[in-house]
Amino acid sequence: MIITISMIFIGLAVLLAFIRLVIGPTSSDRLLAADSITTITTAVIVLVAYLLGRVIYMDVAIVYAVLGFVGVVAVARYLEGGI
Amino acid sequence: MEIAGEILVLIGSIFLFLGALGILRMPDVFNRLQAGTKATTLGALSLILGIGFMSSGYLWKSIVLVIFIVLTNPISSSTIARASYKLKVPIFKGTVIKTEEKDFLKEEKK
Repeated sequence: MIITISMIFIGLAVLLAFIRLVIGPTSSDRLLAADSITTITTAVIVLVAYLLGRVIYMDVAIVYAVLGFVGVVAVARYLEGGI
Repeated sequence: MEIAGEILVLIGSIFLFLGALGILRMPDVFNRLQAGTKATTLGALSLILGIGFMSSGYLWKSIVLVIFIVLTNPISSSTIARASYKLKVPIFKGTVIKTEEKDFLKEEKK
């Protein structure tokens, strides 16, 4: 029951961040929204790992967190001008 | 232990929702960074620790994931703030700015 309510809140959160990703005036706004969606997706992967009962999906969440961090830092350094 | 984990999961999802709402509603890139990053970090931390408490097989990997998120989320936020400062992204009109940074505000008002 509580897991269902949490999934509804997380879906609304991804929807709101995606609206900012689409309408964002500058590219920094879009990058910020993508960063937040990355963090929310890590939490969603952990929740799915609990719901399906597979511990191996936690490793997927760890690798996703690492790749999302590296991607956001690379795009931010590119926007700044010196990669 | 089960009840504590469920309460942590609920608190974490509510904080994720509030962080995304702050990203949508705030008027400025820097305000959005403040609202989005802190609330999203706390939400992900609480939700993952709650899942770790709910069943014992997930505890150690969730602790590793929480340590990684707490270490790397401020770094990416700081990098985005520095990039948008160097790009001279327009700031909100009601921002109170002290004396050292007046030139930045003047450039943006043109």
